[in-house]
Amino acid sequence: MNALLHPVLKPGTSQGPVFKVDRLTTSFRTPDGWRPVIRDISFHIDKGETLAIVGESGSGKSVTALSAMRLLPRDRARSEGRIFLDGRDLLTLGEAEMRKVRGGRIGMIFQEPMTSLNPVFTIGNQLAEALVLHRNLSWAAAEAEALRLMDRVRIPAAKSRLHEYPHKFSGGMRQRVMIAMALACRPKLLIADEPTTALDVTIQAEILHLIRELQREEDMAVLFITHDMGVVAEVADRTVVMFRGDMVETGATDALFARPREPYTRMLLASIPQLGTMGATPGPRRFPEVDPATGAASEGREMPVVTAGTAPVVEVSNLSIRFDLPQGRIHAVEDVSFSIMPGETLALVGESGCGKSTTGRAIMRLQNPTAGSITIGGRDIAYMNARDLRGLRRSAQMIFQDPFASLNPRITVGSAIAEPMLAHGVLEKRAVRDRVTQLLEQVGLSPDMASRYPHEFSGGQRQRVSIARALALEPQLIVADEAVSALDVSVKAQVSNLLMDLQASRGLAYLFISHDMSVVERISHRVAVMYFGEIVEIGPRAAVFGNPRHPYTRRLISAVPIPDPARRGTRIPALASEEARSPLRPLDYVPPKRRYDEVSPGHLVQLP
Amino acid sequence: MNRVIRAFLRRLMGMAVVLLIVATLVFIIVRVTPGDPAAVMLGSDATPEDIAQLREKMGLNAPLIVQYGQFMAGLLRGDLGRSIFLDQSVGQALLSRAEPTFFLTLFSILIATVIALPVGILSAVRRGSGFDQVVVTVTMVAASVPSFWLGLILIQVFAVQLGWFPASGYGGPDTPFLYRLAHLVLPAVTLGVVNSALITRFTRAAMLDVLGDDYVRTARAKGASESRVVLKHAFRNAMVPIITVIGLSVAMLVAGAVVTETVFGLPGVGNLVVSAVLRRDYPVIQGALLVVAAIYVLINFIVDMLYVAADPRVRI
Repeated sequence: MNALLHPVLKPGTSQGPVFKVDRLTTSFRTPDGWRPVIRDISFHIDKGETLAIVGESGSGKSVTALSAMRLLPRDRARSEGRIFLDGRDLLTLGEAEMRKVRGGRIGMIFQEPMTSLNPVFTIGNQLAEALVLHRNLSWAAAEAEALRLMDRVRIPAAKSRLHEYPHKFSGGMRQRVMIAMALACRPKLLIADEPTTALDVTIQAEILHLIRELQREEDMAVLFITHDMGVVAEVADRTVVMFRGDMVETGATDALFARPREPYTRMLLASIPQLGTMGATPGPRRFPEVDPATGAASEGREMPVVTAGTAPVVEVSNLSIRFDLPQGRIHAVEDVSFSIMPGETLALVGESGCGKSTTGRAIMRLQNPTAGSITIGGRDIAYMNARDLRGLRRSAQMIFQDPFASLNPRITVGSAIAEPMLAHGVLEKRAVRDRVTQLLEQVGLSPDMASRYPHEFSGGQRQRVSIARALALEPQLIVADEAVSALDVSVKAQVSNLLMDLQASRGLAYLFISHDMSVVERISHRVAVMYFGEIVEIGPRAAVFGNPRHPYTRRLISAVPIPDPARRGTRIPALASEEARSPLRPLDYVPPKRRYDEVSPGHLVQLP
Repeated sequence: MNRVIRAFLRRLMGMAVVLLIVATLVFIIVRVTPGDPAAVMLGSDATPEDIAQLREKMGLNAPLIVQYGQFMAGLLRGDLGRSIFLDQSVGQALLSRAEPTFFLTLFSILIATVIALPVGILSAVRRGSGFDQVVVTVTMVAASVPSFWLGLILIQVFAVQLGWFPASGYGGPDTPFLYRLAHLVLPAVTLGVVNSALITRFTRAAMLDVLGDDYVRTARAKGASESRVVLKHAFRNAMVPIITVIGLSVAMLVAGAVVTETVFGLPGVGNLVVSAVLRRDYPVIQGALLVVAAIYVLINFIVDMLYVAADPRVRI
């Protein structure tokens, strides 16, 4: 139980590794026969050690984990090689033996806490089931033990929550339940497949800290799968880099970060948006261009700052958006004011549910405001009728997070880009085709791609298509709602660079809504931090990042994992506080009028 | 709890409103269809004077609004009126013919469900296997077979050739209960098989939907056996669409009683409706339609309550 009683074994002690993968190749059945998706993977993990597998989407890192658990469908996937747990080869075990391993000897947690728990059974039932399956416990004893497990993963008010269903839990709390379930039978190995990717950064810091603590208590081996180099640096003793099914490089994490040998690793490291690299530079700066052949990076160019003396493109004053529910009223956005100048990027940051997307949707009038005004091009659009709004659609456009869901799968990308121009009748049919060609070139795609369908594109390419579509009407303002969040690191850097280039050449104003602080630091001129529907701090980027004043801004910045293994484990996050506050208020609640302190020119901080 | 009770009462109120609207529609439809019960009753030789006299006696000459008022007032007292041709109140007429209809519906849906659930689940679990392909093909054929045709085949084989079950009809009230039920075997099998096809397809689709879900993977990662994964974790989540289609099947069986009971010569509610329509027995038509509508509404209500029981996220 206690770290003192069970000293952490360092790699290389006399005991053999807990977990060892030896020349693992997994193939999937395709119409043209078996096709290997991971090839010749070998690694080992010692007791108490954390090994990270890092790679971009399609690298095969999840397939590696699922192969180890033998969770891939048997008729469509097969694994060759050997996978040892405590000296036993898992690939030779019978199905009944393997079931004892799953959940008993190896615990696993997944990326999506929102969907990984069964919605129709209580938390207590699902936790107890894990215990009943592997330990000789009665159901009542298992429920009592489940309660203890909930305490161990620091779920507040565990006793009253034992009989609640998953939909009443937040994402972070559900991930805690998943961890409790995975650790119920004290496994030798914990496999964590992107366990924090879907969570807010402060919650991510809490979950990472929790996993580390439990690992120390149980002296477990941990296999950590992630695409985030910052997380790798934070958690891993050793790291395996994967690329398209191959192991590219492996080694101790600090050595790998300090002296990457392979070009791909160098490229991966160079593309990571790093917090705190901007200093006092006033303007945004492009991400480094990385040569994929050598992995060599050239420092990104600095982008222009906003010229003073022009009128703002958009001006939001005292915007409030409220939703009435039977139980009360949600104050989604409360008294929010800001403006954006031509050629300027204002980043709106904060955690999920803080109202940043709702604000963006209100500017597009996809959401009707409750109070306040939104002025675009000198006209208040907050209460404009549908006919006049058509004009707004020409001056403001939106890019969404999910490049897979925001393009109609049955419409060619050429038609998707042409549609806004045809709908607004801005160009002749023939001229539209030329314009589509031009737009595709501008976003770095080839014009002959116009006749293809969205499924033929990668995530990054689809997001480029979405950008081309948004540019079609030559708007002055683009609302980018988590526009690069779903993309792989290298692609994220490229698309961010594209956005910055387009801004410089066209004088576009961006409202850049994001939870990713390191991208925000690169891309924005000014930053507004939202917390429970209110702006708690707003100002020039250098001021907000260099001199954060509001406690929440500080917490947000300090929770971002830093891709520097030397600093691992130095930061301990605040205790689980995520469900302490709710934006739900009684119907007669009148929010207090907030006052702001101007700490430096343009840098405002909400007073308590 | 208070909220639940209030929601429940609101649902009941809604049901009452639906039935009132149905009653009005039924009254109008029956009146606008051509045909005259007095003319039917007196036969083709009757003079217009005779018919007019009988109409007067039957209250059919009163203004429609008065007839409507009488009908509605009767409904509120729970009185569906008196049959024109049968020496019975409509309520009695329906009740005396409820037994075969009720048991036929019950047995049909039981047979359908008992076949459909295991076959549908297994078919989804073994997706793409030989078994699955056979199931997909057979259910498609079975769903397209008209029930009366299958009924006639079964009568030919099991009643006429083998003589195991009666071919048609139903025992009188003085015959033993089981003897009466024996008459329901062939019709129930017919309807059960035809309905099982649809329920099987829905079960298979619903299971395929949930078997790919993340929590199913979580259950496997916990070390749960395949049967536990399928029957506990997946099936509970697939239940909402399955409940829906079973509810729909019951409703269709009730409505389809008109055809079934004619084919098998069962003296049930469907049979009563057919003869009432042929004779323009207005009160019986009205009463039967209203009862069928009420059963529909009730089935819907039960299905909604089952949703709440099956999925904690559903609220009334």
